[in-house]
This record gives sequence, structure tokens and C-alpha cells, in this order.
Amino acid sequence: MTDLATGERTFAETIEKDQRVEPRDWMPDGYRKTMIRQIAQHAHSEIIGMQPEGAWITRAPTLRRKAILLAKVQDEAGHGLYLYSAAETLGADRGDLTRRLIEGRQKYSSIFNYPTLSFADVGVIGWLVDGAAICNQVPLCRSSFGPYARAMIRICKEESFHQRQGYELLMTMMKGTEAQRAMVQDATNRWWWPSLMMFGPPDTDSPNTGQSMAWKIKRHTNDELRQRFVDMTVPQAEALGVTLPDPDLRWNSERGRHDFGEIDWSELKRVISGDGPMNAERIAHRRRADEDGAWVREAAAAHAAKRTETTHE
Amino acid sequence: MSFDDAYGALTDHDDDARWAYGTGFADPLAGVPTAIPDGVDRADLAAYCLMLGDDALIMSHRLQQWVTRAPELEDELAVANIGLDLLGQARLLLTRAGEAEGSGRDEDTLAYLRDPHEFRNVLLAERSDDDFAHLVARLLVFATWRLALLDRLAASGDPVLAAIGAKGVKEVTYHREYAAQWVVRLGDGTPVSHERVQAAVDAVYPLVGELFETHEVERRLAGRGIAVEPASLRAEFDAVMAEVVAAATLRLRAATAVEPGRGRDGMHTAALGEILGEMQELARAIPDGAW
Amino acid sequence: MSDEQIRHEWPLFEVFVRAKRGLNHVHVGSLRAADHEMALHHARDLYTRRNEGVSIWVVRSADVVSSGPEDKDAFFAPSGDKVYRHPTYYSIPDSVPHI
Repeated sequence: MTDLATGERTFAETIEKDQRVEPRDWMPDGYRKTMIRQIAQHAHSEIIGMQPEGAWITRAPTLRRKAILLAKVQDEAGHGLYLYSAAETLGADRGDLTRRLIEGRQKYSSIFNYPTLSFADVGVIGWLVDGAAICNQVPLCRSSFGPYARAMIRICKEESFHQRQGYELLMTMMKGTEAQRAMVQDATNRWWWPSLMMFGPPDTDSPNTGQSMAWKIKRHTNDELRQRFVDMTVPQAEALGVTLPDPDLRWNSERGRHDFGEIDWSELKRVISGDGPMNAERIAHRRRADEDGAWVREAAAAHAAKRTETTHE
Repeated sequence: MSFDDAYGALTDHDDDARWAYGTGFADPLAGVPTAIPDGVDRADLAAYCLMLGDDALIMSHRLQQWVTRAPELEDELAVANIGLDLLGQARLLLTRAGEAEGSGRDEDTLAYLRDPHEFRNVLLAERSDDDFAHLVARLLVFATWRLALLDRLAASGDPVLAAIGAKGVKEVTYHREYAAQWVVRLGDGTPVSHERVQAAVDAVYPLVGELFETHEVERRLAGRGIAVEPASLRAEFDAVMAEVVAAATLRLRAATAVEPGRGRDGMHTAALGEILGEMQELARAIPDGAW
Repeated sequence: MSDEQIRHEWPLFEVFVRAKRGLNHVHVGSLRAADHEMALHHARDLYTRRNEGVSIWVVRSADVVSSGPEDKDAFFAPSGDKVYRHPTYYSIPDSVPHI
């Protein structure tokens, strides 16, 4: 039992000194499970998140926008893979994680269960959804788990292009026709509240936050990050010339922050529990890709096995 | 973000650490003179650029349709990369076509406001893929042919086409290798994959003949050292295909079953109508839009 | 569906990228591939989308042998007291140049 005690002490010291836990270090089972779940959900979100925008690649209205969007959606596949790679350092297997996703046993960010109705949605996803994601993710670059922190550094750097391309698209559209300006406002109306929900339930209703903060796999509470996002976004909306759909949104000079309206938490619960407008379709799409590709993956494995036999003869 | 940055060594230390990795991005046409060479027929040059540009644009569209549904995530990245490369080639070529016409049509006008009969791509590019085997078989044929073509185009008397050819060779070399490796894996994989990729090769091969028919525009421009005569590429193409097909334990169908292809003259299958319906829908719905 | 763990059809590979000539290859992550050629292709597509590299190594994760955290003391502590390996251990008068 000395070994276990040593492991526990080393782990506690590593966290205490703000150093990184590495895959082969001793770690509490709860820490390992929480990390695998957190990283896998994040990876799934990147992969499912390819779909809402991916649907517009073939329909992008200029070749420049098409190239940008294709590169962006490709980045999301890349981000998913960086994250699965981090999860696999903990002993998880990507085949198993994929299975959990397509059987609905592991969650992904509920934001991707909303439909993308117009090309303005591509811009608003970049601006608000990626903007919220960056707020959430920058602190994760200091996650106590080394491989996750390193993946997040790379992802955050790449995401900065995602947010800017979205905002630039919206700025361009706002200088276009009246119909285009209406598209941007409509997309903003639809994505604003779901973006705020991306930060998760309020602190008063977030059971795991305490342990996650203690383990330094979470650095700020949901409400802190949400507030930061609102404060960042308000001037961006003004510069763009769109109205954020919240009559209660106003500057509070006493707090030095913006006050904003009550979030419809029942909707969040509904969407998280799999009842979002696009939930079934998103999962079905991924399951189809996995099933349709099974014979291809098997063939490649069979070919590799044949060649190994040949070279060993 | 200065803590424990294992990726620090991967980046040039630029001033703004917020930006993604990667430096040294270059304009492929930097320093290339864009004047139309003396004695070259502008209409012919424009038509030729449209041929090569439409091949890339339409093939890229088919690849875009695979993103989010490839057999593995790594292959979605690969397919997206190939699609991006071809889209880049298409943009350069369509832009050149507009310059040659002198009509003021830019890449977007040409991509979004032409009707199917005005497209000059070969039928191979527009064919839809029944499964992943069809995709890699079609890509192997397309890339093998295009690589041979771009390799010679790099010596074109038109400096812009030469630059596009030189850039494209590096890209399409990878496309061909990617496709060839997959055809071999599927051919020499399981009985199921063997059967599927053999069916795919059989389905695609009747479209090969068109790739090597020299159009009169190509013949005239080749005479001036501007274009490549596709007929001259056949031997190289056949040699590469024979090698890959043998490694994949597959067989090529007899060359007699050639369907006449007329894509270069604007005669297409219904597949192109579907592609353009999807691609052009939004751009045409808001013709005066700013994107 | 049971909780029986599904294994991916392809093995895991570790990827190392040389950012530019003159630097070491650095570990950047892992990926799934059926064979080494595929692993190289995938590494190129996944880890060098932005001009990040001039050379890539891939190695089967199962082939990596590493020291464990439990070896830490036996492996690394013994070099901790050999301060005489460090140039600053030796005092040389400031008046002596180039040393």
C-alpha cells in the first residue's frame, strides 16, 4: 500500500504545484474517468460539429467562402482527432468511444443539435459558437492533464481563425442587401441563447464543478465564463449592427459587467437529454458513416496483416 | 500561453502568439507575368482554362460530399485536403479563363452563373460515387491522368498555366498516392473489398477514353506550346494503372467498352445538373449579395 | 449493446514532426492507421495542415518502450547531485577571457 500512498501524494503535489499530470502517473480512478468523459465529449462535439456547417460547403456562394469553410470543417475533424488522441493516452480506445457516441451513451455539446437554416448561420456559428467555445477552451489550455492541455493549446490557436472568418463573413453580409442583413439578424436571434447555454448549467446547479476545480481540470465556473462571453460579445454585436435578442441585456456600471436575461434552462435540459431539433439526425449521420466504412477499415486491416505475414516469411 | 508549451518548437516565434501555426504561406502566382502571350487566341486559351478548371471544380465538389461521411476521420481530413487542393487549382484556372476572355468574368461568375452546357469538364469528374471504392478508383484515374497533364503543363508557354502546372504537380502527386494505396488495400484486402473495388474500376473505366481525346482547342494551343495534347499522356497513364492494378490483384476491363465522352463540348450527364443545382443555388438566389 | 469494449480496427501510431531543418522531431500526438504508409499519410493530413513540418516519423504506439513514473528515482535522481557536470560549478576569475 506504500505505492498507492506514494502515488496519491505525488498526484496531490502535482496538482498543488500546478504541474501537469501525465498519462502514466498514478491518478485517482475518478480523475481518470472524469478526464476520459470530458475529453471524449469534447472530441465528439468537434466531430458532430462538422455537420451543421459541413452541410453548406457544397452550397457556399463564392469559391473563397467554400475554401474557407472546407478548411474550417476539416480543422474540426482534426480537433476531434487531437482530442481522441489525448483520451487514448488514458487507456480509452477510439473505436469504443465512437461506439458510445453513435449509441447515444456519451454526450456532445447540445449546440450542434440546432439546424443551420441559412448561410448566415455559418458566420454566426463562427462568431458566437466558436467565440463561446474559445472562452471555454482557453482556460483548458491549463488543464492539469498534460495531453489535454497540449491538445487545447493547438486547438485554441487554430480556432482563432474560425471565429474571425465567421465575423468577417457577417460584416460583409451586413454591407450587402437588405435580405442579407435580415439573414444575419435572424441567425443571431436563433443562436444567441443556445450559445449562452454552451457554458452549462448555472453554478448553483452544477454538481461536478467543485471536484473539477479542485483537480484543476476546470479553472473557472460556468457562470464566470458565461459572463465573460457576454461582456466580450456585446461590443462586437454593436460594431456589426445587429441586436442581441435579450431585452434585459444592459450595462451595469456598479458591477462593471453586463446584466442579461434569464436563460430557459428547461430547454437546455431538453436538448441535452437528446430532444434537440437535430439530435437524432446528427447521430444517425455519424452512425451511417461508421457502418458504411466498416468494410473499408476491415479491408485495410486485412491487407496490413497479409503484408506483415509476407515480410516475416 | 507560455506554460509547458510542447508545441512551441513547432512554430516560428511570431509576434502574435494567438495565431495558428504555420508560416511561409505564398501566393502561387507571385511574380508571374499575367499578360496573354503574343499570338495566342484568347478564346482558345479561355476555353482551355475552363476545361482544366472545371475538371478540378467538379471533382472537388464530389470530394466535398465525402467530408463527414468517410470510413474514418483521418480519411475525412485527407479527402478534404484533396478537395481543397483541387478547389485552389480551379480558382486559379477560372480566373485565368476570365482574363483570357477579357470579358470581366471572375472565378465566381464563371463557377456560379454558367449553365451545365457551358461547363467543359470531363464526365469522369461529375460521376457520383456509389461507395468509397468508387471514390478511390475514380480518384486514382483522375489523379494519374491529371498528374501527367500538369507535369507537362509546367513547361507551357503561358507563364500562368506553367505556374499552375508546377504547383499542381506537387498536390496531385499526393492525390495519386493516396488513391493508389487505397485501391491496393481494398483490392488485396478482404473478399468483400476486392469485389467492390473491382466493380468500381469496371464502372469507371469506360470513362477513361474521353480523357485522352484531343479537342481541337487543345490541338491548336498545343501547336503553340501552350496546352498539352492528352493523347500524348496515354502511355504513362496506362503504365501507372497497370502497376497499381497488379499490386491490387485486380483486372482491367478490355478497352473496347469505351463510352464516347463529350464533356469538353458541354454535353453532360444528369449528374452535373445535380452538382450545379446544389453549388449554385444560393449564389443565384441572391445575385447581388455580398459574401 | 453490452459494455464489452469495442476495439478500433486499426492500431495506434505516435507521430513526431520536425518543424524545420535544425530542430529535433517532436512528439505531436497519435492517430489510427492500418499500416505505416497510411500512418504517414494521415500524419501529414492531420498534423501538418498549416506548414508545420518538413519531416514526419510514425511509430506503432505498442512499440514504444518507456520508463515509468515508478522508475523516476532510480532513473533520474542519481544525476541530481553531479553538480560538477555544470559549467557554473567552477569559479574562474572575471579577468580571464573566453572561458
